Amino acid sequence: MTGRPVPLGMPSFPRAAAVSTRDARLRANLKHATGTIRARRAAAVAELDDWRQLRAAAAAVKERTLRHLDHYLVRLEERVTAAGGTVHWAADAAEANRIVTELVRATGEREVVKVKSMVTQEIGLNEALAAAGVRAYETDLAELIVQLGDDLPSHLLVPAIHRNRDEIREIFRERMADWGRPAPEGLTDRPADLAEAARLHLREKFLRAKVAVSGANFMVAETGTMVVVESEGNGRMCLTLPETLISVVGIEKVVPTWRDLEIYLQVLPRSSTAERMNPYTSMWTGTTDGDGPRAFHLVLLDNGRTDTLADTVGRQALRCIRCSACLNVCPVYERAGGHAYGSPYSGPIGAILAPQLRGLAGPLEESLPFASSLCGACYEVCPVAIDIPEVLVHLRERVAEGGEATVRGTRAVVRPARRHALERRVVAGAAWALDRPELLRRGRRLAGRAARFAPRRLPGPGRAWTDGRDLPEIPEESFRDWWARTRAQESSQESSHEFSHEFSHEFSHEFSHEFSHEFSHEFSHEFSHESSKGGDR
Amino acid sequence: MVYPETGRAVVTLLERLGVRVGFPAEQSCCGQPFFNTGYRRATEPLVRRYAAAFRGYEHIVTPSASCAAMVREQYPRIAARAAAEGRDDGLTEAVAEVVPRTYELTEYLVDVLGVTDVGAHYPHTVTYHPTCHGLRALGLGDRPRRLLERVKGLELRELAGAEECCGFGGTFAVKNAAVSVAMGTDKARAAVATGAAALCAADNSCLAHIGGILTRRGAAVRPVHIAEILASTGPGTAGGPEGAAR
Ligand code: SF4
Repeated sequence: MTGRPVPLGMPSFPRAAAVSTRDARLRANLKHATGTIRARRAAAVAELDDWRQLRAAAAAVKERTLRHLDHYLVRLEERVTAAGGTVHWAADAAEANRIVTELVRATGEREVVKVKSMVTQEIGLNEALAAAGVRAYETDLAELIVQLGDDLPSHLLVPAIHRNRDEIREIFRERMADWGRPAPEGLTDRPADLAEAARLHLREKFLRAKVAVSGANFMVAETGTMVVVESEGNGRMCLTLPETLISVVGIEKVVPTWRDLEIYLQVLPRSSTAERMNPYTSMWTGTTDGDGPRAFHLVLLDNGRTDTLADTVGRQALRCIRCSACLNVCPVYERAGGHAYGSPYSGPIGAILAPQLRGLAGPLEESLPFASSLCGACYEVCPVAIDIPEVLVHLRERVAEGGEATVRGTRAVVRPARRHALERRVVAGAAWALDRPELLRRGRRLAGRAARFAPRRLPGPGRAWTDGRDLPEIPEESFRDWWARTRAQESSQESSHEFSHEFSHEFSHEFSHEFSHEFSHEFSHEFSHESSKGGDR
Repeated sequence: MVYPETGRAVVTLLERLGVRVGFPAEQSCCGQPFFNTGYRRATEPLVRRYAAAFRGYEHIVTPSASCAAMVREQYPRIAARAAAEGRDDGLTEAVAEVVPRTYELTEYLVDVLGVTDVGAHYPHTVTYHPTCHGLRALGLGDRPRRLLERVKGLELRELAGAEECCGFGGTFAVKNAAVSVAMGTDKARAAVATGAAALCAADNSCLAHIGGILTRRGAAVRPVHIAEILASTGPGTAGGPEGAAR
């Protein structure tokens, strides 16, 4: 049984990424995989003349639905119930896990087959089932590779994207026997052979399983219909063969009507796999006599979603349809890899979703909004037009300056993160100085004169720059001085006496009084505090 | 602050094209580094300062795509939030007055002055990196390229993966130094592979980052701001690839 760690207490993003960026094989695997899909997505999207309108519609429908979410969820519940299904409401991960575990127990079964689902990763369902003595078998190929390898998913769509064919063959050889049918003798690393090995391994599970667990890509409120979009056909098997089907779905997955669904069935495959149409799209409404599962349970999960909804800037993250286009174009994701994000939701969307769903709960969550150069490539490709850079900066503000947020349904004032206290002082000082350009000009002139003494490598925090890059040379004459000398009326010939006098005067009075005092106080306090707690909050 | 030659080039270029140039001494930083690091409130005084310093000018031109993007995209947002929090004090109005008149240099040349041939002569091989804020936030499109193509003696070389971020990203460069340098190293390699003498962009911050990696690696290609190329009128003028390191 997998002992997969619940992603709590993970290292902050920069620490994890500093290690993963040095992993040459990971870098090569990701560069190859994301580079290929990037170009194919661009071509698939370029085929449509009305892409911009589709994208705008996809964003608008989700946005409107989220504003009236209560209404559509109640309608959905009515329709699902009328069609023979049972709806359960789960406020958080623990409640959802409890509901699913009890439902499985009630069937008397000890194993379930699973359709790939992000939300069951989010709540750690497999681990919860394992603790109750129930084995959950992943049936998506990449998810199977992750499960057999005792690994964590590193991509929304292709959870094993960090593995190459050779690694996959080794995992199949070594681990398949522990989970059921072993890998065939003499297994090669040819994709067709690997797929065949997975097919044989999974087939016996499909035929035996009495209970399946799935998520859903969409829920159509007007009819109570669930929609699962997948490429391998494993989902279709899980959704039709077992007697009991349990679907765990985030409340943001509802769309009002079939006409709305049509938009997403166009934008999702092109953004996700660069396909014009999705290969296996399964839809079901409650239960049908003599066809498919006899019992259907829908577990509607909140787990931080209504808190996110209350944030007028941050809530656009709930439009996400998990296409993974933003991961595939992200230069940071490509180099750091998905595991550095410490959550099943990696890449740009993970950097804005995880800190909202979980709250800014620790060093990892606080670091995620900063895991971006704000290059905007994610926003450009997102089919539901989530302005990811805007949300990143918005969440940075909550970390740096604090502010209002909704935590478990209650409005609360979030205190700025403790580990940013020193930075806040530096920013206050720099902003103070920048609001006094004349002072800066003199400081700049001093730096110009001292330029020849400039070191090549800086100590302390400056090392973060000079470890990998040289510093720019500081020219002797600044632009302001050149302008003053050649154009303006004002003289630039103040004596150094005047300079030092005014500078130190102003400096000691305002800067050093208000800033340095607090700075030194906070600095020592901050550091002794952090070191005594091992750098943790 | 660190690149006076860019400022001098902008003045030289614009005056050559018949523009009357002013430089209000009250101006300072646009505040982008603070805002993008999460210090929206600390940015407000700099937004006010910008609006006050440039009030009354017909056009406001900056040789930095990311500063232009900061003003155009974020200033209205910052003003709206300040107003919502009870600190408007004329900020919304002041910002609305300067934002539409703020241009990135190449935008100003092509859209406002309507020129692509600025009379420059730069007899060197050049490769162009379209920085993220120029490309995606401002939508500069092919304006810089059109300007470069009309420069006498200049040979433009294609940069592989041109549209990918160089990894600077403001404080990202130090907060996530490992990823930043990994991205910058790939960009530097691509620049070296073109065999060009100069790597040109419309933003000195990105050039400082890529240039820092290039000089650390001892590469021959020099980072040069596009303004310096456009201001250049021959081999002897400032801004050649033999100029100061970034
Ligand atoms: S944020 Fe947008 S691009 Fe990224 S996975 Fe979600 S829908 Fe796709």
